[in-house]
Amino acid sequence: MNLDKRIVDDFVANDISFVTTVPCKQLAGVIEEVEARDDIFHIPSNKEDEGMGLCAGAFMGGKRPAIIMQNTAIGVTINTLATLTQYYRMPLPMLISYRGELREPVACQVEMAVHTKALLAQLNIPTFHFHWQKDVEELDNILKYTFMCNKPVAILTDANFWGGYGDQ
Amino acid sequence: MIRSEILKEIAPILSDQLVVCNIGIPSQELHAIDDQPTNFYMLGTMGLASSIGLGLALAQPKQVVVIDGDGSVLTNLGTLPTIGNNAPNNYILMIIDNGSYGSTGDQPTYTGKKTDLAGLARAAGCDHVVEAQDIDTGPALQAALGADHPTVLVVKCDSGNAKMPVITMDPVIIRDRFMKAVAK
Repeated sequence: MNLDKRIVDDFVANDISFVTTVPCKQLAGVIEEVEARDDIFHIPSNKEDEGMGLCAGAFMGGKRPAIIMQNTAIGVTINTLATLTQYYRMPLPMLISYRGELREPVACQVEMAVHTKALLAQLNIPTFHFHWQKDVEELDNILKYTFMCNKPVAILTDANFWGGYGDQ
Repeated sequence: MIRSEILKEIAPILSDQLVVCNIGIPSQELHAIDDQPTNFYMLGTMGLASSIGLGLALAQPKQVVVIDGDGSVLTNLGTLPTIGNNAPNNYILMIIDNGSYGSTGDQPTYTGKKTDLAGLARAAGCDHVVEAQDIDTGPALQAALGADHPTVLVVKCDSGNAKMPVITMDPVIIRDRFMKAVAK
């Protein structure tokens, strides 16, 4: 299965037409796929809270937005999630590479991985963890759920989901 | 002039525009001077007015005016390259640069020292950066509204705040009435 294509197909099928990204090695393929689609306006952000601001504006302008980022961004964006996205009740699917989980080669990534789910839980953000490739089958339902309830929703995708790091 | 005097002067120009207004005292001043459904007041999240306005301008065709401050832009400097590379023609970022963090007690920002916001915007790729003095804000804003390109307008003024009440409107109501005004 081509996960990148499958994910972006689900975005388009759910009318997501405004996507901002902060890159991650694991997300390179999906970002490339977002960039290639005519149905999606792709705007790279320099920082994830900036990206959430862009998404808030796009939502108020009538577009369905999404953000693609690393889990380290949860540490960066807590204030924005609480005082913008949640306070004004805006939907925001967050496709997140869950660095620091099983098959992670970089030790420092574990330091934010151990806080990621706790922070999301503290913020009452609905959180889904994709560990096996078949978990992607939930994405369509998760996107529908996000725009039904007008909340930020986290989709954590770990290294195992993306097929690991090869021989590293 | 201080910011509230500028806002009073340009209120008639802003009244039928989509306005995204910076957190804190700027939003309180605009709300007290001329509350409109076309105003989106930020109640939190310092620094993101320019980003919210850019997302809005990219998503729909109506003109968008962002009222930002020097302190807030310094908080989110990454916004300038994103604006420089993506801003559509319906986007105006008006930075009221009073060289201070007004909402927190007028502590000085670096723009009152050596840092040049207009120069930063140009270096970030913004092609149309206009610098104006406080008394010239109205004509400068009118010119930006009539232009067929995005504009970053840096307005230099004095530090200081008017005493205005806190906005007590619920954020979901601010957002809902703003979205209805956008869609109208």
